[in-house]
Amino acid sequence: MHTAESTTDEQRNVAEFEARIAAGETIEPKDWMPDRYRTQLIRMMSQHAHSEIVGMLPEGNWITRAPSLRRKMTLLAKVQDEAGHGLYIYCGTETLGIERQELTEQLLSGKAKYSSIFNYPTLSWADMGVIGWFVDGAAIVNQTVLAKASYGPYARAMIRICKEENFHKKQGYEIIATLARGTPAQRAMAQDSVNRWWWPSLMMFGPSDANSSNTEELMRWRVKRKTNDELRQRFIDLTVPQAQAVGLTLPDPDLKLNEETGHWDFGEIDWNEFWAVVKGNGPCNRERLQARNEAHDNGRWVREAATAHAEKHARPAASPVAA
Amino acid sequence: MTDTTQNSGSNGAHGEAAWPLWEVFVQDAQAAPHEHVGSVHAVDPESALQNARDVYSRRGNVLSMWVVPAAAITASQPEDRGPFFDPGEDKIYRHPQFYTVPRGLKGL
Repeated sequence: MHTAESTTDEQRNVAEFEARIAAGETIEPKDWMPDRYRTQLIRMMSQHAHSEIVGMLPEGNWITRAPSLRRKMTLLAKVQDEAGHGLYIYCGTETLGIERQELTEQLLSGKAKYSSIFNYPTLSWADMGVIGWFVDGAAIVNQTVLAKASYGPYARAMIRICKEENFHKKQGYEIIATLARGTPAQRAMAQDSVNRWWWPSLMMFGPSDANSSNTEELMRWRVKRKTNDELRQRFIDLTVPQAQAVGLTLPDPDLKLNEETGHWDFGEIDWNEFWAVVKGNGPCNRERLQARNEAHDNGRWVREAATAHAEKHARPAASPVAA
Repeated sequence: MTDTTQNSGSNGAHGEAAWPLWEVFVQDAQAAPHEHVGSVHAVDPESALQNARDVYSRRGNVLSMWVVPAAAITASQPEDRGPFFDPGEDKIYRHPQFYTVPRGLKGL
């Protein structure tokens, strides 16, 4: 009896919830939501937050070797922004009822996923340019759509991030444009970087729609508003003319403008590589995780000192200094 | 804002105690109201304000910032949307359109 009743309640709640979504309403933290909506959002948002945090590592690698003070200031500011973006999304994720510490633990233990792109190494200065241009460019395409997601805290975090991220892409493109009109060696370095990052950047949008188990549900609940393939195509269409403008070649012999659709057709993505990196076997998976764990461990004394300081000041009457 | 009770005593990652959550409000223009922008974890009010500054004002444009312990906020519930705010819904005489006055007069 009870089971039958609660099933009916659940069905009514789901129907009301989906009607709200269909009417374009925004879901807020205290609103009723299906467990599945909550867990899918926690998965998606925490992966996104972890990506911002791990994303600091490949770029942090070049801060001390930036070729000028201007470049160094810019790179520092960009990496600091990524930390901020991670924190915006963590605080949004917490509104779903998961603790920050649990999220941190999931990242440090390797249980959580983050964007595979950050498991590739940054081998040259040109990589700082290409990351801003491709990786932040792809993130902007993705996040502009997520800014209209049905979950209020996620959408609001995305709006803040999108406002800040245009500088990331533009500074990256400036680096590449500068190298592309530099010496033959600089030009070759830019081209080599484009060659290495192009395909992994396309993989950032996730598996093809036919193989994306989550897409249908996330689209219905308006967490996603465009499919992986639609977003990937948009990124390619935006990026091809930008590569042409600086005379660099994208490493895909099948890339050509389709006169009928107006879109750029492209070659087959190596999904074996994608899944290998997702499953932890990319070039830098272990190194990234180790760096995050070291940073967390090395920061412990700071956290302990802050806690001790706060405890001391919370009870001034008991302090001998006060007497 | 979170709807979870704060767990200042619980242990999470690597056995450390969780720091309380603070909601952050920012005023970004003269005469504008303070608006909620997000939250930070911090051990005390001063460090909450410093963390909030670092996270939510990297581009300037902030005139004033508040941090409030999340646990100190009492909020209405979603199911209140109807009944709790009802008293404001049916009093059309609170709006100027309710009243009939002679046409053509200025300043009314």
